[in-house]
Amino acid sequence: MGETVIEKIIRNNVGHAVKPGDIVTVNVDRVMIHDIFIPFVAEKFEEMGFQKLWDPDKVVLIYDHLVPASQLDDTRHFHTGDAFAEKYGMKNVHRSDGICHQLMTEAGYVKPGNIVFGTDSHTTTYGCVGAFSSGIGYTEMASILGTGTMWIKVPETIKVVIDGELPENVMSKDVILRLIGDLGADGATYRALEFTGSAVKNMSVASRMTIANMAIEAGAKCALFTPDEKTAEYCEIELNDFQKSLVGDEDATYLNIVTYRAEDLVPVMACPSQVDKICDVSTLEGTEIDQVFIGSCTNGRLEDLAAAAEVLKGKKVADYVKLIVTPASRKIYRQAIELGILDTLVEAGAMITHPGCGLCCGRAGGILTDGERVVATNNRNFLGRMGTSKVEIYLASPKTAAACAVAGKIVSPK
Amino acid sequence: MEKFTGKVWVLGDDIDTDIIIPTEYLALKTIDDMKQYGFSPLRPELAGQIQKGDIIVAGKNFGCGSSREQAPEIIKALGIQCVIAKSFARIFFRNSINNGLLLIEQPDLHKDVKEGDSVTVVMNEHVDYNGKQYPIASLPENLMSIIQAGGLVKAMRKLNGLD
Repeated sequence: MGETVIEKIIRNNVGHAVKPGDIVTVNVDRVMIHDIFIPFVAEKFEEMGFQKLWDPDKVVLIYDHLVPASQLDDTRHFHTGDAFAEKYGMKNVHRSDGICHQLMTEAGYVKPGNIVFGTDSHTTTYGCVGAFSSGIGYTEMASILGTGTMWIKVPETIKVVIDGELPENVMSKDVILRLIGDLGADGATYRALEFTGSAVKNMSVASRMTIANMAIEAGAKCALFTPDEKTAEYCEIELNDFQKSLVGDEDATYLNIVTYRAEDLVPVMACPSQVDKICDVSTLEGTEIDQVFIGSCTNGRLEDLAAAAEVLKGKKVADYVKLIVTPASRKIYRQAIELGILDTLVEAGAMITHPGCGLCCGRAGGILTDGERVVATNNRNFLGRMGTSKVEIYLASPKTAAACAVAGKIVSPK
Repeated sequence: MEKFTGKVWVLGDDIDTDIIIPTEYLALKTIDDMKQYGFSPLRPELAGQIQKGDIIVAGKNFGCGSSREQAPEIIKALGIQCVIAKSFARIFFRNSINNGLLLIEQPDLHKDVKEGDSVTVVMNEHVDYNGKQYPIASLPENLMSIIQAGGLVKAMRKLNGLD
């Protein structure tokens, strides 16, 4: 009987074959905790009575949601995190290097075939390199810190096949938005998504990251891409036999197979206030906007900033429109400086903010108020996500967002 | 057989955790400080109206979005004794079990029930409403053991020989 990718990863971890519905206890390869939840993790960990971490090197602490601090009490989270790291001998602490999901793969904490949990729902991102990664709460994180294990139910898999070549103005963001629209915001709940097809093979790891990042918006437990030569190069490793085997078998059992022809895809947006309310950008043209945001763990990578710069080169952001650009990490920030990308964006009128989650989670750096409308490249357009509950958020690709910034209204990218 | 009754608040589909507790309040020190803002983007008055023992009945995908565990903690702190929904999002489901907030999946009650009415839950069997019985499933054994221990913290304390 063939296996899906998630079944292979779990088999490798627990040492025996598994099938969907089995409840198994896995050994965790790496965990990530971010600044918002570290005080709660620390409190629960000590309340549980643990004396030491199961493996301090496997724990990564990243400050990003509150960086730089915007409210009077924010720095308390940093002090609590620093004290916890010091007390339990944690060395992997990032205090201003970027957004957690970018750093976990960029800094080499996650490898293909790993099992990783994080205190953030977008932990699904690491599926871009073929890791099983998923979000959990702080109580569950505290128990992993003590035991190194977690129970999981082996998920069923939905296979997504995308063959062909994406049109010039369509990015991987448009692909995942379309899929979320077709599956629905709960269409993949408890399930694994497995991506394959020639369009997927041609995508950069960064583009795959955007897709894996938003898998949670369809409810998915994880999203998986088969590791290939691009993955190996990105992770700076040689793939071993197990990692090479992480491809869905021909005779594996899938709950469902969804197929797209890449040439048929068009630029789309998720309209207020549901991630699965997907419209073709062409049907929304002319809608006036107040702000554009390009950044986040979904679309703050070098290729995203480069795509925006290409659209904005030699042009100006429309009057009254604020364009805010947030690179996903310090490394990306520096690369974008070296390549002249930030210069192009600034010249066009963009405001560049330090890598972090501030605007995406509605805490700082460009939050909006009643009646305002924003085109944004992040992952959620929920009520109140980027300001008051009367802000309208349209989610889009960096190319679409940049085109809208120039036009001052919603337009399709060329 | 355990059985309890509560007054119902009805919410829709896809109630996300940003609605249950917006990010701007997540750095408040305690759950008690945060709970007054529960559900504020959708129904600002709701947190003040919920009474101890009330029940939320919602549509599909309740608790979707961010992994914030404050969401089930706030629902519990407001006095809600259980949430009955068509379906729950994965992370919210685990977080609720780990904090001892009871969740029940029931596909049909949501379309029939009126806000302010009472329902009776007969654990692992059905929900009684308006003379009709709505069947519910039993919880898997591993989840029952966490709930029986009083949540994951207590289960771990036991493991560490503290209780």
